Amino acid sequence: MALADQPELPRRRRRVLLPGWTWRETQGFLFIMPWLIGFIVFIAGPFFFSLYVSLTEWSFIGDIKWLGLDHYVRLLSADDPRFVQAVYNTTYYVAFHVPGVLLISFVIAGLLNQKVRGIAIYRTCFYLPSITTGVATAVLWFWVLQPNGLLNNFLDIFLEPLGVSGPNWLGSTSWAMPGLIIMSFWTVGTTMIIFLAGFQGIPQHLYEAAEIDGAGWWAKVRNVTIPMMTPQIFLTSVIGVIGSFQVFTAALIITDGGPADATLFILLLLYQMGFRAFNMGYASAIAWVLFLIILFLTIVQFLSARRWVYYEGERA
Amino acid sequence: MQRIGQISFQAREGTTRRRTLLAYGQTTLGHLVGYATLFFVAVISLLPLLWMVSTSLKEFGREFLFPPQWIPNPVVFGNYMTAFETSNLARYFGNTLMIAVLATLGTVLTSSLVAFGFARLEFFGKRVLFIILLSTLMLPGIVTLVPTFVLFRTLGWIDTPLPLIVPWWFGGGAFGGAFYVFLIRQFMLQLPRELDEAALVDGASYFRIYWRIMLPLSKPALAASAIFSFIHHWNDFLNPLIFLNSEEWRTLALYLRFFLYTEVGGGAGLTRWNLMMAASVVMLIPVLVIFFSAQRYFIRGVALTGIAGR
Repeated sequence: MALADQPELPRRRRRVLLPGWTWRETQGFLFIMPWLIGFIVFIAGPFFFSLYVSLTEWSFIGDIKWLGLDHYVRLLSADDPRFVQAVYNTTYYVAFHVPGVLLISFVIAGLLNQKVRGIAIYRTCFYLPSITTGVATAVLWFWVLQPNGLLNNFLDIFLEPLGVSGPNWLGSTSWAMPGLIIMSFWTVGTTMIIFLAGFQGIPQHLYEAAEIDGAGWWAKVRNVTIPMMTPQIFLTSVIGVIGSFQVFTAALIITDGGPADATLFILLLLYQMGFRAFNMGYASAIAWVLFLIILFLTIVQFLSARRWVYYEGERA
Repeated sequence: MQRIGQISFQAREGTTRRRTLLAYGQTTLGHLVGYATLFFVAVISLLPLLWMVSTSLKEFGREFLFPPQWIPNPVVFGNYMTAFETSNLARYFGNTLMIAVLATLGTVLTSSLVAFGFARLEFFGKRVLFIILLSTLMLPGIVTLVPTFVLFRTLGWIDTPLPLIVPWWFGGGAFGGAFYVFLIRQFMLQLPRELDEAALVDGASYFRIYWRIMLPLSKPALAASAIFSFIHHWNDFLNPLIFLNSEEWRTLALYLRFFLYTEVGGGAGLTRWNLMMAASVVMLIPVLVIFFSAQRYFIRGVALTGIAGR
């Protein structure tokens, strides 16, 4: 990294973008220029424009009417029952989806790390559903969650002796959300791969030292594996929360928010408000509230990380 | 420290034999349980996909037989023909392929350029800019959804594939694009500096170093980016849904949803699940082919960045 260490290089004619810049610095800027332009045009610009739009009443075709904080007041004072419902639903989903995915992928990755024979085949099996996400799998799960679909066929093996039959997943207000959550567990593959890479990076001597101290299986997991894996657990949970607050495709295709708004997620409400009702101001305000929720949770996670995430090499 | 190391070494020597004898039974039992769990989860992972393929080969009306029929009788390969004949499936396939390929090309070319800038050059504000770049990965994309729609509408790009392609030619400037810059930069940082320093001494320009040395050496990272990007665009649903509305530019993802709605809306007994599954399989095939031919790049990409593709 240290530029000073470099040998004196043959100097070209010094051309500069700004006074005081060397040609080398100018070139550095030129290389990242595509990103800088894209960032301003497609991210930063729209980001602040949406803040402005959220303070207005705008249907897209007519004039922009300044409203001030009206949309935010309406959203935050729980004046819109559909928004309250959407926040509840999204929280419900995140609260089960994120810990569930972490737990399942942790266990699977841990099992795969036991020098299993055929590890590549298993890894493929678990990862496969993760790359097929999207509409095709949403259509597939729409079919799996039918009253006489694959999931109920499977559950009947256990439920039939009890004289009960599987629920009508998508038709019931209380089962639609669990159905979507179960579906989301199907794509634990990416988290599993991140964990597997983490497991393989844990130095073997730690386990050996623990064994000398007489640690059993659980003690090793609790005192070696989990502490060493906290960076991966932290990262996947941060990304999981950010991603799952924006759950959209599956809900739009499978339930479209129904039945009776039981699976209406925040992003789905935003889509309906903005692109079906063309209420751009309100949609932007929803986007900003969602953004602030996610930002708040991310900051909380980063702050709490100081207490529980262990980075090796940091505290030697 | 060394003494402790020696003691632990001796202790290990001493206990090895006893440990293997004692732990042997436990290990086998544990392994059995482990294998059983893995096998069970693997089956659960694959069943829905197998079910999809199986249903796509079933005769209309035989999709919901109980107990489930895994091997269709009769096997109707004609479902795939029907799926192509009764719709513009070939066109939607072409649209999706074009968008995914052009967006991926832009992503790989421009992200590698930016990654090189961040990995090898020094300039004012580099650290801050890189942190900004990374923080765009944390931003939820929905905040910019409405304004970008307005932007593309002003440009007259709605209902053309341009909004799905052009932002990806700005080196990670599109939402989620920073992931690719990050991936390629991480890889470039691992390459020995002596290579480009030698070229620099020989009088090569930075662009030449990028194009002739770094790019060829970064092939694994470029491949991983290309694969993540292609699959992301191939599966993307939200952006096509918002930016495309005519049948002309419909992508496979939009078509599948359209098909589902018209079929399910047609009444309970009339839903042609077999055709729907056939169309879904058609959509999955390219993804599966890429996955199986380039699996190691996936795994490497995930391991390198600690994040999965966006």
